[in-house]
Order: sequence, then C-alpha cells, then structure tokens
Amino acid sequence: METLKEIVARCEELAFDLSFKRAGEWKSEQTGRVVAGYMPVYFPREIIHAANGLAVGILGGGDKKLIIKGDAYYQSYICHMPRSIVELALDKHFDGFDGFIFPSICDVIRNLSGMFQLLGQGKFIKYLDLPQNFKQHIGGTFYRHELQTVLDEIYKLNGVEVTAERLNHSIGLFNLNRRLIRQLYQIRQEFPWRMTAADLYHVVRAGNVIPVEEHNEILARVLSLIAEEAGEPLDKIRVLVMGAFCEQPPAGLIRTIELAGCYIVEDDFLLGSRWIQGDIDTTSADPLEAITTAYLEKSTFSSSVYDVGNPKEARLLDLIRRRKVDGVIFAAPSFCDPALLDHPILQKECNDKKIRFISFLYSENTGQFKVIKEQVGTFSDSIKLWD
Amino acid sequence: MAKEVAKERSMILQKEMITGLFKELGNVKETGKKVVYTFVPGNISELILSFGMLPVYPEINALQSGMRKKSGDYIRDAEQHGHSEDVCTYVKCDVGMMLNGNIGPTGEKIPNPDLLLLSYTGCFTFLKWFETLERLYPGVPVALLHTPYQEAHKITPEMTAYMVKQLKEEVIPKMEKVSGNKYDEEKLKSLLRNSSKVEDYIVKIFDTTKNRPSPIDAYFAGVYYIGPINSGFRGTPEAVDYYGELYKELLVRIDKRLGPITPEGEMEEERFRLVVEGPPNWTHFREFWKLFYDMGAVIVASSYTKVGGVYDMGFRVNPDKPLESLAEYCMNCYTNLNLQQRVELLEKCIVDYHADGFLVNSIKSCNSFSAGQLMIMQQLERKLEIPTGFIESDLVDPRYFSYSNIKNRLESFFQMLEQRKMILTR
Ligand code: SF4
Ligand code: SF4
Repeated sequence: METLKEIVARCEELAFDLSFKRAGEWKSEQTGRVVAGYMPVYFPREIIHAANGLAVGILGGGDKKLIIKGDAYYQSYICHMPRSIVELALDKHFDGFDGFIFPSICDVIRNLSGMFQLLGQGKFIKYLDLPQNFKQHIGGTFYRHELQTVLDEIYKLNGVEVTAERLNHSIGLFNLNRRLIRQLYQIRQEFPWRMTAADLYHVVRAGNVIPVEEHNEILARVLSLIAEEAGEPLDKIRVLVMGAFCEQPPAGLIRTIELAGCYIVEDDFLLGSRWIQGDIDTTSADPLEAITTAYLEKSTFSSSVYDVGNPKEARLLDLIRRRKVDGVIFAAPSFCDPALLDHPILQKECNDKKIRFISFLYSENTGQFKVIKEQVGTFSDSIKLWD
Repeated sequence: MAKEVAKERSMILQKEMITGLFKELGNVKETGKKVVYTFVPGNISELILSFGMLPVYPEINALQSGMRKKSGDYIRDAEQHGHSEDVCTYVKCDVGMMLNGNIGPTGEKIPNPDLLLLSYTGCFTFLKWFETLERLYPGVPVALLHTPYQEAHKITPEMTAYMVKQLKEEVIPKMEKVSGNKYDEEKLKSLLRNSSKVEDYIVKIFDTTKNRPSPIDAYFAGVYYIGPINSGFRGTPEAVDYYGELYKELLVRIDKRLGPITPEGEMEEERFRLVVEGPPNWTHFREFWKLFYDMGAVIVASSYTKVGGVYDMGFRVNPDKPLESLAEYCMNCYTNLNLQQRVELLEKCIVDYHADGFLVNSIKSCNSFSAGQLMIMQQLERKLEIPTGFIESDLVDPRYFSYSNIKNRLESFFQMLEQRKMILTR
C-alpha cells in the first residue's frame, strides 16, 4: 500500500508531466478514444467522458518549461501562461490531442483559441462561450447548445452517441470526484497540519490529466490516510489565497506561504475541479440539461463571471467565516485583468470588515520567493501579535 | 506642408453635435432625461434613444481625458485607491475621473447613470469595469447584454436568438422601468433606418482611401470620423447629415486630388500608405500623428475605426428585424471577430487600399486587441510579403508613451518601406 508521501510524489509527477503520458497511454488502450485539452477555469468534463473521451486540463508549463518561442507570440505585458501554452504547442507536446476547448474567461484565452486555429492545432478548436446570463431559457439554452457543439465535434471523431445513461454515469463519477475533493478540503481546513497545501495541490492537480476513475481512487486513498491524526499543529495563522484561479502559482510559492507561518485553509487554485458546488442530478432523462442547470445554479464565484445580483464580496466573506480565516492573501498573476480588477472590490470589503490582507503578484515561472516569504512572514507575525 | 487649417463644414457640424449632447447631459436635472452608461463596441444607442434616454460612454470620457492630459492624474488616483498598475488604463482613468467629480470635456459634471447597460461585446474587461462602476454607483440597475464571440467564423442562429432573448427579457424591461416609457418598435425602426444610411456612408468614406493621394487619414482623422456614430448619434438624423456632408467634402477633395488634412494643414506628398492595427495613443495624439505625416505616411485603413462596428464586409442593420439587427451589429464589431477573421479583414484592407506596409500599435492596456497581434503580424507578413512594423504605447497612461522609442522604430520602418519601394521600382 502506498504511503501518503508516495502518493503525493506520484501525483506531483503526473501533474507536471508535460508530455501528458497517462492521457496518451489511455488513448492507445482502445480505439475510438479521444483526448481533448481544455484551458482554465471550468469545463464540464463529464460530457467528454461520456463520449469515450478524456478531458485534459491544460495549465501551462509552470516553472517546468523554458520559454524560447512563446515570447515571439506575446508582448511582455500579457500574463505568462498563454506563452507557455504556445511553447508547448510548438514543441508538439499536444500532438496526441484531438481537440481543444477554450472556456470564455478572458480576452487572452479567447484570442489564444484563435492562435490555436491559426497554428492548426488538433482536429477541432472550440471557444466555449459560457453564458453571462443565468436564466435557464436564455443563458441555459445557449450554454446547452455550446456543449452540444463540443459533443458534435467528438462524434465526428469517434461516432460515439452520448446516451442519457452514459452521461448520467459520467456525472456520477465526477460528482464523486468533487465530493472527495470537498472532503479533502474539509479535513485540511480542520487539521491543516496533516497534509501540506502543496501536497493537496499536487493531488488535486493530478486529476486534470488522468481518467477520473483513477483520480477517484487516489483521492479516496488520500482521504483515508489523512483521516487519521498525523503531525503536530503549529502556531500558524489560517489564510485564504485568492486570485490564482487561472495561471497557477508555482508549487514553490504555495510551499513558501505555508513555510512563512500560514496554513492555507482555502484557495482558488484549480478552481475548475471545485467549480460546481454540490452534486449534479444523475437521474435525469436529460442529463445535458442537468449539467446546464448546475452551471447556472451551482457555480462558485470567480473573476470570470459577472456577479449581477450575487456580489462576490459577500460570497468571499461567507467563505472567510466558514473557513475561520485569520487573513486573506490576494495572489494574482501579473497582468491578469480579471483577477486584478476584482481585487479593489474584494479588498475594500476586507477593509470595511477589518479583515487583514496582503497582496502580491506572481507568474507561473516565478523562481524567487524571498520577498514573498518576508511579506507573508510579517503578515503572519502581525496577526499573531495583534489579533 | 503647413497650410492654413480651414475648418470644413462637417467638422463644425460634429462639434455642434457633441457640444449639444454634453449640454443635454448637463441639463438632465431640468429635463428629467435618464442617463445610460454603455460601451462603444456593440453600442446599441438606437435602443437607448428610442426610450428617450441619453447615452454616456466611459471609454470616450477616458480618451478625452487622455487628450486633455488629465488621464495621468486620474490613473494615479485610481491606483492609490487600490487598482493595480497592470490593468486596463481606461478603467482606471474612468474611476479616477469619477473620484475627481466626473467633470466632462466641456467643464460640466457628467450626470450619474440611471442605468448601466453592460453590452459585453469583444472585451472581457467591460464586465470588470461595470462591476467596479456598479459599486461606485450603488443601487443603479445593470442590464447585461452578453454578445457571443464569432469563434466559428460566423454568427449562428443560436447566437442571435440568445441575444434577442436578452434584449427582450433583460435589457428592454430594464429600460422601460428606468425611462418610464414603453418599448416603441416603430421608433426603433425609424432610428435604424438612419443607422443603415450612416453605415453606407461610413463604408464609402473609408473607401475613398483607394484614391491616390488618399483624401483622408483613416486612423488619426478616422477616429474623428467615427466619433458621431460611436458617441451617441447612431440612428439620429444629425448623423445622417454629418456623414452626408463629410462624404460630399471628400468627393471634392478627390476631385482636386488633395491629400489628407492634418493638424498642420494638408499633407502634400503621399509617400507611404499604411494599414494600422490597434488603438491609437491619446495622451500624445498630436505628436504621434506628426511622426507619420512628417514622413508623408498616410494610414489608408485601420482596425480601430471598426471597433464600434464593421460595415465593409456587407453588414447593415435591417430596420425590418430591429432586435436581430442590433444583435448582429454587436456580434460584428471588430474585437468580436476571431483572430482569423481579423487577419482576413486586415488582408483585404492591405490589398484593396494598396498599402505599402502594415503597422501594429500594441496597447499595453488592451488584451482584447493585443493578445494575438504578433501572430496577426506574422500571418500577414507571410501571406502578403509586406513589410511590417511594431510599436508599443498605451491608450491613456502617459507613462507608457516613449516618444524616442516610437520614433526610432518608425524611422527604421519607414526606411524599410523606402528600400522596398526602390527595389520594386527597379
Ligand atoms: S491569467 Fe488572467 S489574463 Fe491570463 S489567461 Fe488567465 S484569466 Fe486571462
Ligand atoms: S481592454 Fe481594451 S477594449 Fe477593453 S476596456 Fe480596456 S481598452 Fe477597451
């Protein structure tokens, strides 16, 4: 039986395997299998699964990929992740992929979909226009049609008809996946010393690149391991990290925050894995509708969604309360308009409610954490001292 | 160069129109007219006007603040209020202007909005901008109109249906409530009839650059020409008059073989014909323009003048299908086209207007335009074997306008164009 350390090491390797080996193996095990890459933040992977496909989350090269060609495609004042994605594409890392999905989260990702078209990547490119209207018969109808176009593309490749039974089965597997991740977060928020945030990050991130069935097994095993007491609670403050929903911080940065006197008890890393809050109905005769409804009614808050009538600052406060957070760390990728334009709104709320926060910028390949460590350390000390 | 700059009648008309609009805005307390804040791309002003409301465009306020050299301070104030240095400066300029009393170009306060019409067309930052404004003007309703992107190179019936439903069930009811007036489709149709005429004129006007010399500069002067249609006059008879007058004047210029009018008079020798991609810099607009006309460079087409609507591929609003038409108008705006469509449109401009070179002015602020521009450039270079140039600046943040840097790059670009001309003549 693998130990927690061994599982985490395996997940770390999977999560940052830029050759996407497991997806390639999975595809070659059977004819008619399809691999589709999707960009951040959220995409309902269930539909690809039901069509005998594997949806692989693409999160850029992080600090593992040297950028040589990508810089010729992006000006210096555009965030880092798309240039590493282009670098990966040009270096043929995505050669085993059949298609790519670009959820509508910002103009950079939107235009990256056009760049992939021009680069001739994959057999289909789909910019998935997530509705900003949350009424079933308006935004819902539109979204459902968007999802259907993805299914049509896959059907063209493998001829698999997505029946209600197949889709309900897939939804069930992803419900379980989300439930297990929620439970992991729940245990960690109560006993954060049992597993580091970086380890949790690797375990969750591995799920982006492997079949959900395998990920569910890993999650269940990790859960059973951290259900038991391990380690010692340390005198650290409890923080929530916000702003990292798209371009991911390097794992070193997550470690740095925890080494500098904090327990990260909530975050928006890999938000797509936890986007739908709660289960999606698995008994519907029209499961595509169930997926649509879940998006409209059970989405978490994020910088990529307009929050008319559902202000994000209230949702942040709720999270702060539920997670018993001592302070907030606003960490956003440089030049990320969606995250950075949210920060004044959220920070004002923190100020009004006397919630302490700090903020800094990073990029996926940030390599020096000294300044951040000092900043976080001072933040942690000041909270311990004064609150 | 340096002839007397005489004001053409169209210029006078435009000035009167804009002054009149700001006067009307200044009088809303007396007239009781309601004010709608909205954006230029996908500006469905006809609908706003059909309810008897007045539009305000925060982007236009920002660019005017840039031209009036106020944006630097506004941006600094917004940054002091927690805005990052890394984000779109239009948003920060607008926030700063509001923090400083929201004084418009005529010196009068721009009234607060009664409705925030978030026509989310071609730019994601619009959403973030209005999330910010929604909090600065608490209680003001937001009507969100999500314009789907032309990702598959086309407008599908589902996209149009989605927009029409939003118009019918979200936008119109909110407009009815705010204005106190009922939706009047006949009125909207009659406004759209005017828009359709104006769209015809706009195509003809920007088509005059086919002439040699080109009678207009389609970028620096072009931004003035698109002023009325993008700042509240879509659908008005004044717009029809203005564009009719402008077109007449251009026909005279073509007849007399006159070049474009610049701030220092008429450009006498047309040496280079360029197509430009990307918005201009507003804080140093005159100096920026001068770098071109001093070298005899005229812009024969620009993508920026299509930001509030693309009409040269055949689209016209159809008064018989008013809501569908408004939807399609929004979906046809330049930054709502996918990258390949943008390449094709620019290619058409380069070919149709016999451009010698293609230039990108990459704007630090604007991901909507900038992300992918280097690839657009590569594509055009490869397809057309045309010299390409690249400069960087910002819309309204003066810190990002480096005169010497831009000048150096442009000089090399013009040298390249010169050499190519020599080779081609030989
Ligand atoms: S990091 Fe921000 S700006 Fe960059 S792609 Fe992601 S959401 Fe867009
Ligand atoms: S990102 Fe560009 S299009 Fe969007 S608001 Fe800013 S300047 Fe305008």
